[in-house]
Amino acid sequence: MSTSADTGAEGLTATFPKAALAVRGLTAGYGPVRALDGVDVTAERGHITAVLGANGAGKTTLLRTISGLVRPTAGSVHVDGTDLTAAAAEKIARAGVAHVPEGRGVITELTVEENLRLGALLGSARKRTERTAEDVYTMFPALAERRRRDAHTLSGGERQMLVIGRALVSGPDVLLLDEPSLGLAPRIVSQIFGMLRDLVRETELAILLVEQNARSALSIADVGVVLGLGRVVATAPAAELAADDALRHAYLGF
Amino acid sequence: MQQFVNTTLTGIGQGAIYAAFALALVLIWRSTRVVNFAQGAMAMFTTYLALAVIERGAPYWVALLVALAGGLVLGAGVERLVVRRVAGNEMAAVIVTLGLFVAFQAVASILFGATFKSFPAPVGLQGFTIGSTTVAFTPFTVFILVSVGVVLAGLVALFRFTNVGLRMRATAFSPEVSRLLGVPVGRMLTLGWALAALVGSLAGLLIAGGSLVYPAYMDTVIVYGFVAAVLGGLDSPGGAVVGGLAIGLGLSYVTGYLGSELVPLAALAALVAVLLVRPQGLFARAAARRV
Repeated sequence: MSTSADTGAEGLTATFPKAALAVRGLTAGYGPVRALDGVDVTAERGHITAVLGANGAGKTTLLRTISGLVRPTAGSVHVDGTDLTAAAAEKIARAGVAHVPEGRGVITELTVEENLRLGALLGSARKRTERTAEDVYTMFPALAERRRRDAHTLSGGERQMLVIGRALVSGPDVLLLDEPSLGLAPRIVSQIFGMLRDLVRETELAILLVEQNARSALSIADVGVVLGLGRVVATAPAAELAADDALRHAYLGF
Repeated sequence: MQQFVNTTLTGIGQGAIYAAFALALVLIWRSTRVVNFAQGAMAMFTTYLALAVIERGAPYWVALLVALAGGLVLGAGVERLVVRRVAGNEMAAVIVTLGLFVAFQAVASILFGATFKSFPAPVGLQGFTIGSTTVAFTPFTVFILVSVGVVLAGLVALFRFTNVGLRMRATAFSPEVSRLLGVPVGRMLTLGWALAALVGSLAGLLIAGGSLVYPAYMDTVIVYGFVAAVLGGLDSPGGAVVGGLAIGLGLSYVTGYLGSELVPLAALAALVAVLLVRPQGLFARAAARRV
């Protein structure tokens, strides 16, 4: 199969003209360890792009560098054509990148409602208020029942619903999701993944989905990007990646 | 019986001041994980500012506003110019606040002199009389309770009902997630220090009212305020208020029944007892914070 590991930035932009997020040659690390080494990733509007790879491949660092929590040492991040390379995290958030971090995105000491209010505040700062807390409660009735409770009383699945809902009320152009399936029952995972699929179908949202669970991720993604030791090993349509036995065995573990 | 009523009333007044001071410590601790040992010295400094205004003939209320505004500016300045430079190194931050403590006292001695000066009270210091007995409840005690109550209510309203308050709480609980939600975390921390210093300034003025000020007059209050904050749980603003009242009452009983020379010892005993029996304080939440 043809992978784009050796394709230049121009090649990718030509392939994905509707890019909401364009990451080029991104390099970052912690001390002497280089966690990302010249990574190219594009997220298109109305598409889910899955970032796959083993533990330590650099998936989480990729998201943290895009959203400004980690400073890149080289490369660039563009959102809707605006250069946000090495900008402050709060500025990147206000530019329309919603990052749902792995495992601990809920502020557990605040109530469900207050968590959503924080997202809505960002949305109104961005003049993007098409989705409200009420829409989130309609989407996830379990949250509506607990709106005045502290978020630490929520189950794992409810927390994931809350952080996704909070990201949506902020009116993002790009949604970065880090391991949303982690620690959740398969039934909840398929409910959340189904909702993500509906979301990109109905809106112009671009989703970059980091997953250890490659099989489920490829089942809803349009494009897959495989990372290995901080480098892009392959970029291809999701169905093509799922059909590539050698790649699956070497990098995806199924 | 009469002595019990009087020591209780005195304790409530003192306790309200310790509560305000402990609250100032808690506001800073829970947002920046720094115990601000300079809090008392900062309050001393703004009280001297108020005294300078009064000595130039201004009414007490103007001086009060000057001290509170001075607290806001001082707190914001200390966070922005000093504490932020050592952010992330909690030990360094604590040592920096100890350095500021010494520096503020030295500067105050130079600017205002190291002698005792009397500080006025806005209202009478004579106890109310019920029938033929005079109780230890003065118009100034009323002033203490009302002013601390107003500031507490203002803070509760700010944190509960306003967007800025929500952002400040989010910053205190989870700075990283807050940044991802577009919250200007640095500005929220500055605001938190400013508000804390305002509350501390109020405590400084109330301790000074009708009494003497000198550059070290807040030193014991730091200790009692710290004991109160630890008793309530350093993370809990409500706990700071309850802890402050408890310490105020407890120390007043020690003064009334055992002798005032035992007060520092009693405060130390209370601190050791809390740390041994319930180190997280009475009101700390079970949920872990800032993992």
